[in-house]
Amino acid sequence: MLEDPVLLARMQFAANITFHILFPTITIALAWMLLFMKWRFSRTGDGAWMELYRFWTKVFALTFSLGVVSGIVMSFQFGTNWPGFMNTVGNIAGPLLAYEIMTAFFLEAVFIGVMLFGHGRIPNWAHTAATALVAVGTTMSAFWIMVLSSWMHTPAGFEMRDGVAHATDWWAIVFNPSMPVRLSHMLLASGLTAAFLVAGLSAWRWLRGDRAPAVRLGLRTGIIAGALLIPVQIVVGDVHGLNTLEHQPAKVAAIEANWETQAAVPLVLFALPDEEARENRFEIGIPYGASLILKHDPQGVVPGLNDFRGEHPPVAPVFWSFRVMVGVGMLMLAVSWLAAWQLWRRGEPSPLVTRALVAMTFSGWVATVAGWYVTEIGRQPWLVYGVLTTREAASDVPAAMIATTFVGYMVVYTLLLGAYVGTLYYLAGKGRRADVTAEGPGAVPEAGEAAAEAALGRPAQA
Amino acid sequence: MELFGLAPATWLPVVFAGLMGLAILMYVVLDGYDLGVGLLLGGARDEGERDAMIASIGPFWDANETWLVLATGLLLVAFPLAHGEILTALYLPVALMLVGLVARGVAFKFRTKMAPGSKLSWDRAFLGGSLLAALAQGWMLGSYILGFRGGWDAHLFAAVTALGLAAAYGFIGACWLLLKAEGELQRRAAVWARGALLFAGLGLVAVSVATPLVSERVFDKWFSLPNVVLLAPIPVVTGLLLAGLWVALARYPRPGDRWAWVPFAGAVAVFGLAFQGLAFSFYPYVVPGSLTIWDAAAAPESLGVILVGSVFVLPMILAYTAFSYWVFRGKLGELRYE
Repeated sequence: MLEDPVLLARMQFAANITFHILFPTITIALAWMLLFMKWRFSRTGDGAWMELYRFWTKVFALTFSLGVVSGIVMSFQFGTNWPGFMNTVGNIAGPLLAYEIMTAFFLEAVFIGVMLFGHGRIPNWAHTAATALVAVGTTMSAFWIMVLSSWMHTPAGFEMRDGVAHATDWWAIVFNPSMPVRLSHMLLASGLTAAFLVAGLSAWRWLRGDRAPAVRLGLRTGIIAGALLIPVQIVVGDVHGLNTLEHQPAKVAAIEANWETQAAVPLVLFALPDEEARENRFEIGIPYGASLILKHDPQGVVPGLNDFRGEHPPVAPVFWSFRVMVGVGMLMLAVSWLAAWQLWRRGEPSPLVTRALVAMTFSGWVATVAGWYVTEIGRQPWLVYGVLTTREAASDVPAAMIATTFVGYMVVYTLLLGAYVGTLYYLAGKGRRADVTAEGPGAVPEAGEAAAEAALGRPAQA
Repeated sequence: MELFGLAPATWLPVVFAGLMGLAILMYVVLDGYDLGVGLLLGGARDEGERDAMIASIGPFWDANETWLVLATGLLLVAFPLAHGEILTALYLPVALMLVGLVARGVAFKFRTKMAPGSKLSWDRAFLGGSLLAALAQGWMLGSYILGFRGGWDAHLFAAVTALGLAAAYGFIGACWLLLKAEGELQRRAAVWARGALLFAGLGLVAVSVATPLVSERVFDKWFSLPNVVLLAPIPVVTGLLLAGLWVALARYPRPGDRWAWVPFAGAVAVFGLAFQGLAFSFYPYVVPGSLTIWDAAAAPESLGVILVGSVFVLPMILAYTAFSYWVFRGKLGELRYE
């Protein structure tokens, strides 16, 4: 297995892209949450909002850096791992990537400097504007990369000349059939990831007895954001599934582990799909379930894998990733609504629900990564659906060299991920430690006010 | 769309080669001073000095590094054939550079946010990452100049360019500190600048002498008439600039901190001239001796789409970059957001 350079290149790229997506998934939505906190502070003058803003700004800065450095690695791997990608569809992918760099990367990179270090050097409104521009930048970045990603799933607006794709209609390329739903699904996933991170880390501080007003606000903000976003995400996810059924039926067949095209297909809850025997072992299903979900009709005909023999994705990883994603989504619904209800009735979540929130701090990561595996593994063996296979796009770099650098990247990423999570908890624990060493009960609000004063900003120094 | 009677397939690759050149030059100057400051951390006396040095680049480095993404991005989108060839040939140094940039980038944030005991380790990672990235970039430059040739002499040459570029980064980094630091740190930055200038100058001479000797094409370009006369100003001005800076730096910092920007401006000029020389040597090749910019270019209609956007967006990028340098003008010793 480890002698196949294509598989190694895929593993290496998958490791990088998995590591990378963790951070933008947080920053895209956290940027807007920061703007919300800043706006609440400007409106109410309540120092707790500013304290919340400052805490999450630190998290944002750390997360953003990890996203940037891992993104740079990826930008090189397009060329080192998949030279055939740019050689074949570079005329389409190139301008989309160029627009991402020009309209998003510089915007967020320049204004994050102003946002982090601008306190006291620029007026408060300009600082709020810088925060807004960072949020616009992260979202623009998501927009362009999702345009490219969805074009790779549902290519449109091009023609092939001598084996190379040429753009014929940029409008059709940008607004390709799966772009709107895919972008919405990703932005909502980012919102949920950030919401559960904010709620989870605040809940952790809450359980440790850190009851500062900012912690309460963080808990509320995270819970309410999660409770509002999850039902929308479930609806959008359903629409996305129908879109995939229309454009990539083989992927849906793998998601459902449905081997034969037939009517009245059950929804398989558990099974061990066996590609050799082309059947499921230990299958547990709900009768008519898949037909109902996909066709909204118990007798609906659902495509089967045997129609795509040799051209469908590996079944088990797609099947299982999908169930992980949906399972986490259901948990998110249960926990956030329960917490929101308790918040409304009693003003704070019960200790049990608070513990559940702590356990779900990184649930957004699990769901997002699982969702990406569904859609990306589900596109195999194609890299660009119906246009270019992954194997055709691979480089001829020797397997040994890919394997060596792969191990290197993995070591670095594991260390960094550990350091990142450790630092989040260190930062979250710092408030409590400062509280303990402070002289009296009044110390915390005072600290909040001092922070607020600093943030309100003196006019720019001459 | 024709321009001066030239078909788009003729002039668009030239425009994009220019844009890519601009992005590379912006990167080596801007992230050059970041990496240089990172290297000079090795000379810092205590944590306070390291804090001050890193604070001087804090608000800028994210945006500075983005120029590398733009440069690679333009290579990728405008010259896809060259991108594949260059990055496959430079697979290992690219991977090493990336590890270096990752280490440097994360050390920036972790050093202040993790438990205080680990700060020194992250500062070492900052220095090590900067060093690895600088050396790897220099190695890539040397290997590129020789057209990715193998053999011990090629490796020796790449090693010299690696050290030369690291010294050049140290030089521009020290000039940046001269501009942004105060007191004792500023005084020593002048000493560092002089030392690094010496090594960077030696590296520049070595590369300038070796390049025409190893490449017949480059030799003919520089030493044929009338080029040899027309191009003479490049090495002559560079030499005078380096000598002038060497003399002037002995008198820095000036009383009242006057003219603090001059060494940095001089360093930028040296970088610009050296880049000019290299660009002239290789034009119109994007992969030396094998692919010209026209061989490697993407389809004109795609380049056109990017160009329309860049005409609007690049000036905006330059404008708000200038805005951020204006916001953070002056000394930055007290800069922090903890």
